[in-house]
Amino acid sequence: MNTLFDKIWNAHVVQEVNEGPTQLYIDRLYCHEVTSPQAFEGMRQRGLKCFRPEKIFCMPDHNTPTENQDKPIRDEVSRQQVETLEKNAKDFGLNHFGLMHPKNGIIHVVGPERGLTLPGMTIVCGDSHTSTHGAMGAVAFGIGTSEVEMVMASQCILQMRPKTMRINIEGTLGKGVSAKDMALYIIARLTTGGATGYFVEYAGQAVRELSMEGRLTLCNLSIEMGARGGMIAPDEKTFAYLKGKEYAPKGEDWERALAYWKTLKSEDDAVFDKEVYFDASDIEPMITYGTNPGMGMGITQEIPAVPEDEASRQSFQKSLDYMGFQAGEKLLGKPVDYVFLGACTNGRIEDFRAFASIVKGRHKADNIVAWLVPGSWAVKQQIEAEGLDKILKEAGFEIRQPGCSACLAMNEDKIPAGKYAVSTSNRNFEGRQGPGSRTLLASPQTAAAAAVCGRITDPRSLL
Amino acid sequence: MKQSFHIITSTCVPLPLENIDTDQIIPARFLKATTRDEKFFGDNLFRDWRYRKDGSLNPDFVLNDARFSGEILVAGKNFGSGSSREHAAWAIAGYGFRVVVSSFFADIHKNNELNNFVLPVVVSEDFLQELFRCIFENPDTQVEVNLPEQRITNLSNGRSEHFDINAYKKHCLMNGLDDIDFLVENQDKTQLWEQQHNS
Repeated sequence: MNTLFDKIWNAHVVQEVNEGPTQLYIDRLYCHEVTSPQAFEGMRQRGLKCFRPEKIFCMPDHNTPTENQDKPIRDEVSRQQVETLEKNAKDFGLNHFGLMHPKNGIIHVVGPERGLTLPGMTIVCGDSHTSTHGAMGAVAFGIGTSEVEMVMASQCILQMRPKTMRINIEGTLGKGVSAKDMALYIIARLTTGGATGYFVEYAGQAVRELSMEGRLTLCNLSIEMGARGGMIAPDEKTFAYLKGKEYAPKGEDWERALAYWKTLKSEDDAVFDKEVYFDASDIEPMITYGTNPGMGMGITQEIPAVPEDEASRQSFQKSLDYMGFQAGEKLLGKPVDYVFLGACTNGRIEDFRAFASIVKGRHKADNIVAWLVPGSWAVKQQIEAEGLDKILKEAGFEIRQPGCSACLAMNEDKIPAGKYAVSTSNRNFEGRQGPGSRTLLASPQTAAAAAVCGRITDPRSLL
Repeated sequence: MKQSFHIITSTCVPLPLENIDTDQIIPARFLKATTRDEKFFGDNLFRDWRYRKDGSLNPDFVLNDARFSGEILVAGKNFGSGSSREHAAWAIAGYGFRVVVSSFFADIHKNNELNNFVLPVVVSEDFLQELFRCIFENPDTQVEVNLPEQRITNLSNGRSEHFDINAYKKHCLMNGLDDIDFLVENQDKTQLWEQQHNS
């Protein structure tokens, strides 16, 4: 029991419930507007106050429009949900970064970039992509609204201890291959439910070589193979990233924290319930062809044959029918309609650098509608500080205001029925980006290649 | 809503698709509600499969097939993958299901069902496929789900399997208790932990 996960979990056990779950202390609760209102409603009905309001941070992101955020939200129901969060945060005395607040953005982008997410923490949010924060060396996982209410009421949660899995990726990623491709490759190999019941630690040379932004992307997608969460041992890159961040410890507190953080790694004799191994040099730019993130393949590959067993056949065929694809065909060269860069998966500065590096000196194809959406105001400022906005503008792209945008069709950015979108988001489920929308998940580089070519293109051909 | 759960005997609604994600159970555009209105969510359960684009009922979808009804939903493996939205569990409960049977559930959704007094029952793939066959051959097929004994029985052929649930959660379901009651009662232990950990 000396894995990275065990160390953090064990340090947060308040008690073991007899023949039941663990009562686990939670260091940080993040709340967005969609999965919190019924938790606040429950708190009011029970007459409860938040047990540790200073540990709770709230911000709207799902419903936020990606333009004219200084004006009232046009969709009345969206506006009401955003306003409800603001009121709830005020009533319960919680930290709140509202629309147009300089610290606003997608909650999973803001937490790490502000130093709110730190190594060794337990972190939860009513959002499955809470796994993102594991990149900082935290135990972070998504929960339901009843569980959000538990944490509000007690700063604790009742959870069964998950099993542990280590995913080792040795070797070095090829040129034009990113953390997103690594994640889509692993999910395709393990399937969309392949890590259900497990908490994953990513390890190996290719993981250590990822930037912090790349690690956040990798951990973000842990839930797409069913994992309870994903995490990476903190190292010098993590510490350098955090040093000086607004909410990170300072001075002596920093030194004390650093000494502890350096102990947060799986010991050499650590035993995992499951270990899997991949070679980074086997990974090429990935793209999905179906309606779950496990239905992905190398961009030069052909869609696999329909499975023979009856139970899987129907689901697979339904998926291809929805996408308008045939088993055995290639996707390279197929025209697409939309390109989306953003989301908690790929809305960070490195993603914009990667996109810009491909489109620089080229121009957006006429058949493409492109939405480039930074994950936070801080990312947007950094884009401008580095002059990436000029490169993108010259290539025919504009930068929108931060939010979840076209990832999940809760705001104005929706992909129309039947249209194909190469998207850097995390889910290609039926209707995810709008009723009838057809999503092809890919990296920022692959999205950029589609944006300038108007069709599915291997980004390595544009390097 | 809180209600005690013991034995349920019912016909079933079969949905033999794998990897049914919570975006299908309740699409994101229905997540804008700020109250826990189970009827609203139940009315929109499987919305985009249940209705055609023009808003008319899709006669090919099982919820619109008069042959099938009951308090038990039977679904293919990896049910409830994807988003953590508890609205999916509210929709299932709001529609009137008390049990979901599958060979495999996604973790977050499974917890969400339990927290809403809907019982997720994990059966073997073989039991599941046979149950699908029985239901399609005879939609009047009854299934008994016995929580005290942790046993599910296909009453058309008597085949039965044990299912797992931890003793704490079983006690909660059988007595209509929830985790928040427990955690609020245990706040002294939480404060003690905070003192010991300088938190």
